[in-house]
Amino acid sequence: MLSIKNLHASIGDKEILKGINLEVKAGEIHAIMGPNGAGKSTLASIIAGNENYEVTAGEISLDGEDLSELAPEERAHKGVFLSFQYPVEIPGVSVTNFMRTAINETRKANGLEEMPAKDMLKVIREKSELLEIDRKFLSRSLNEGFSGGEKKRNEIFQMAMLEPKLAILDETDSGLDIDALRIVANGVNKLKSDKNAIVVITHYQRLLDYIVPDFVHVLYNGKIVKSGGKELAHELEEKGYDWIKQEQEA
Amino acid sequence: MDLKEKLLSSFMAFEERIDVHSELHDVRTSAIKNFENKGFPTKKDEAWKYTSLNAILKNDFTVFPKEENAVEFNHVKKYFLHEVDTYKVVFIDGVFSSHLSSTTHDGIDVCLMSSALNKPKYKMIIDTYFNQIASKDESLTSLNTAFANEGAYIHIPKSKVADKPIEIMYFSTGNEAALLVQPRNLVIVGENSHVQIIERHQSLTENPVLTNSVTEIYAQKRAIVDYYKIQNDTLEANLIDNTYVSQKQESHVSVHTFSFGGNLTRNNLNFYHFGERLTSTLNGITIIGEKQHVDHYTLVKHSTPNCESFQDYKGIYSDRSTGVFNGKVYVEKEAQKTNAFQKSNNILLSDKATINAKPQLEIFADDVKCSHGCTVGQLDETAMFYMQQRGIPKKEAKALLMYAFSNAVIESIKIPELKQRITKIIATKLGVKIGFDL
Repeated sequence: MLSIKNLHASIGDKEILKGINLEVKAGEIHAIMGPNGAGKSTLASIIAGNENYEVTAGEISLDGEDLSELAPEERAHKGVFLSFQYPVEIPGVSVTNFMRTAINETRKANGLEEMPAKDMLKVIREKSELLEIDRKFLSRSLNEGFSGGEKKRNEIFQMAMLEPKLAILDETDSGLDIDALRIVANGVNKLKSDKNAIVVITHYQRLLDYIVPDFVHVLYNGKIVKSGGKELAHELEEKGYDWIKQEQEA
Repeated sequence: MDLKEKLLSSFMAFEERIDVHSELHDVRTSAIKNFENKGFPTKKDEAWKYTSLNAILKNDFTVFPKEENAVEFNHVKKYFLHEVDTYKVVFIDGVFSSHLSSTTHDGIDVCLMSSALNKPKYKMIIDTYFNQIASKDESLTSLNTAFANEGAYIHIPKSKVADKPIEIMYFSTGNEAALLVQPRNLVIVGENSHVQIIERHQSLTENPVLTNSVTEIYAQKRAIVDYYKIQNDTLEANLIDNTYVSQKQESHVSVHTFSFGGNLTRNNLNFYHFGERLTSTLNGITIIGEKQHVDHYTLVKHSTPNCESFQDYKGIYSDRSTGVFNGKVYVEKEAQKTNAFQKSNNILLSDKATINAKPQLEIFADDVKCSHGCTVGQLDETAMFYMQQRGIPKKEAKALLMYAFSNAVIESIKIPELKQRITKIIATKLGVKIGFDL
């Protein structure tokens, strides 16, 4: 589904990604782990089309289609979803209105009619129940005054609404207490199918107890330096990242 | 002959045309003298530092329209609020249009300034209020006073709630080459009374129009006045709006300014306090582009204790447009326990757009809460990326952010139909068709 080949990217003069290769197939969950500053969030941003980064070499494709020339919204319309590490506060736009706009713009781009208001309300109800989101919450301004946990839960709620092909969860566990973590993970697991794929970006192994990956990759200094099964995450949890660094520098 | 000379020489003719024996003769005469001494303001005047009238004043303006022009209702229907019933006081090229208007004398007076100035039964009110709060020093206000004859006259007596909003509408038809109009409005709202007013100046022509308008608003004890100004005029239209508000105790007066169009718009908005525990609200949304210019020049003069004032101005400037926010809050020694807040937030969407923000606080009392904040920024790129990531195209995302940016002011509109209308105008300005109810 997602194919990344020899991806190099930089911001300004600074090269952040130095040749990433990654293949994600439908039905799979991949975890990308690594120390701070390794380039994890940059990779997520670039897949989603953030124009602040310059892709200097390599390619990213989704189901065989090259994404590199597409705007962020076009990638979203093709089914790319990024759960932000720091979701943006947008005062004055309610969660419901934001979602309605996002869904209808996506449908429009895919040649579908707008979703009737009645259906929209029904889906919103279902998905908000899935994530145990209070109805009152939906009429509040998007992310404004939300706690860290509420913001993250709201991200997964949006993912549930948009039903993406490829979901990238960037540090979704940061700022979550254990209850919220369970709710979020439970939501993600319910959304998982053999038709979609999930890339979980995380610093800690904690989230991976709930969202169990098929593959774990370690990103260090702009490159994937190690790949393995879920046991790799446990190893990292025990040993920390220092052994990876030492291995690399050796 | 330049415009100033033309106006001075027209003055005598004007006075003859109306009623030379009118008691207002003295008021007019001293006003024209003040204008004669001061002339049109220039950039050398501190208050006009960022706004030049030079180019506009070069037009050969007709001071009095030569003929009465008619306008079909269907042609101008879109400028009115039609989703809600309103009183209407409508002028075409400065002349009252009875067939477009819907006035009343039933319990409240919603009618014409010319009748109020000339009919004996209004004499006492005119003597008490006319030109009392308006500046006798400011030259454009004086120019208006000298020629003051027509406009809206609104009098809501004690303990009355105006049952419908009032629309004051000025159309210019452009049958004259270039037109100068000088409307004069008087609004008196009695104790415990409430009124909502919408004022709009609309040019129907490509010929240049200069409107030099003066509005006096008197709010008695506990009166509530909500005044909305829609400025969405053509690129040939220029508006100098001089509004003077006099407030007594516990009154609430709010003036909203929606500046979405026009070549040059200057809002001189002045609030004066004559009682305690009253509230003044000045809100504005400015969204302009091309080479448009909007100048908000506000003054709130706190002279009495325990009063509040709130100013919230949002500005979005694109292309080569220019904006000014000059907000002056003056707190006199007697005005203890004043709360005065002022905010001016601006977004520049282009490198060529400029905003001059100049808050001025002069505080002589020692127990007050006053704050001001001016921000100038660009569109929040992280927010744009976030919204685009969710599938909202760039243009719509931008519009949504602009809505969100202006939302606090939109939310403070108390007439639901007007709120919808303003939302729609903003959507049009931003070139999107998204129909949210935010």
